[in-house]
Amino acid sequence: MRVTVLYFAWLRERIGAPREEVDTSAATVADLVAELAAGSEGHALAFADLTSLRVALDQELADFAAPLAGVREVAFFPPMTGG
Amino acid sequence: MSGASIRVRVQAEPFDLGAEANAFAAGIAQAGAVVTFTGLVRDNGGQLQAMEIEHYPGMTERAITAMVAEAKARFALEDALVIHRFGRLAAQEPIMMVATAARHRGDAFAAAEFLMDYLKSRAPFWKKEISASGADWVAAREADEAALERWQG
Repeated sequence: MRVTVLYFAWLRERIGAPREEVDTSAATVADLVAELAAGSEGHALAFADLTSLRVALDQELADFAAPLAGVREVAFFPPMTGG
Repeated sequence: MSGASIRVRVQAEPFDLGAEANAFAAGIAQAGAVVTFTGLVRDNGGQLQAMEIEHYPGMTERAITAMVAEAKARFALEDALVIHRFGRLAAQEPIMMVATAARHRGDAFAAAEFLMDYLKSRAPFWKKEISASGADWVAAREADEAALERWQG
């Protein structure tokens, strides 16, 4: 399965790219995070503390246990600071 | 523009608070109350050179539109408007505004607070403060997360 992974704010800076295309067989977001974190030191650092991260699947907020089946866009970012 | 619509704008350009508020109020036939809130770039101690606001194009509009729809489901609103900027802003510039219109003020005030509480923590924006000493991402405040609890359950 091919998904587009997006990064925002300090996560984007830490990983050094705003997006990447990933081929994965991960069943859940947590599985995908484990695959990504194994990919590079920057990724490992960025995903070191999941409690400081949020995830959206196809632009809807989700949690790390959520299944990835059918998802095309996965976005990771810190807690939002709008308003 | 007709009433009972949902108006959401996510833009880099500045907006004119007075003009937006007047146009909003003029477009509503049934309202007896209009509440507006505006958020400005806060300059803590005069050190701020700029604020950069990043967002998630697509999800931002979608998330705010869903919040406005939820506000309309909870409160007796005639109309609502949300404008939120992104990009590089200077101190004291307006970042965003919310306007709500209702027959009575209670619904207009409550809906404006509801929308603000959700925009703070559930709309995909991230603020970065640029000062002479460097650039820092603004951390989410626990108080903002706690503010959502009163609307839940």
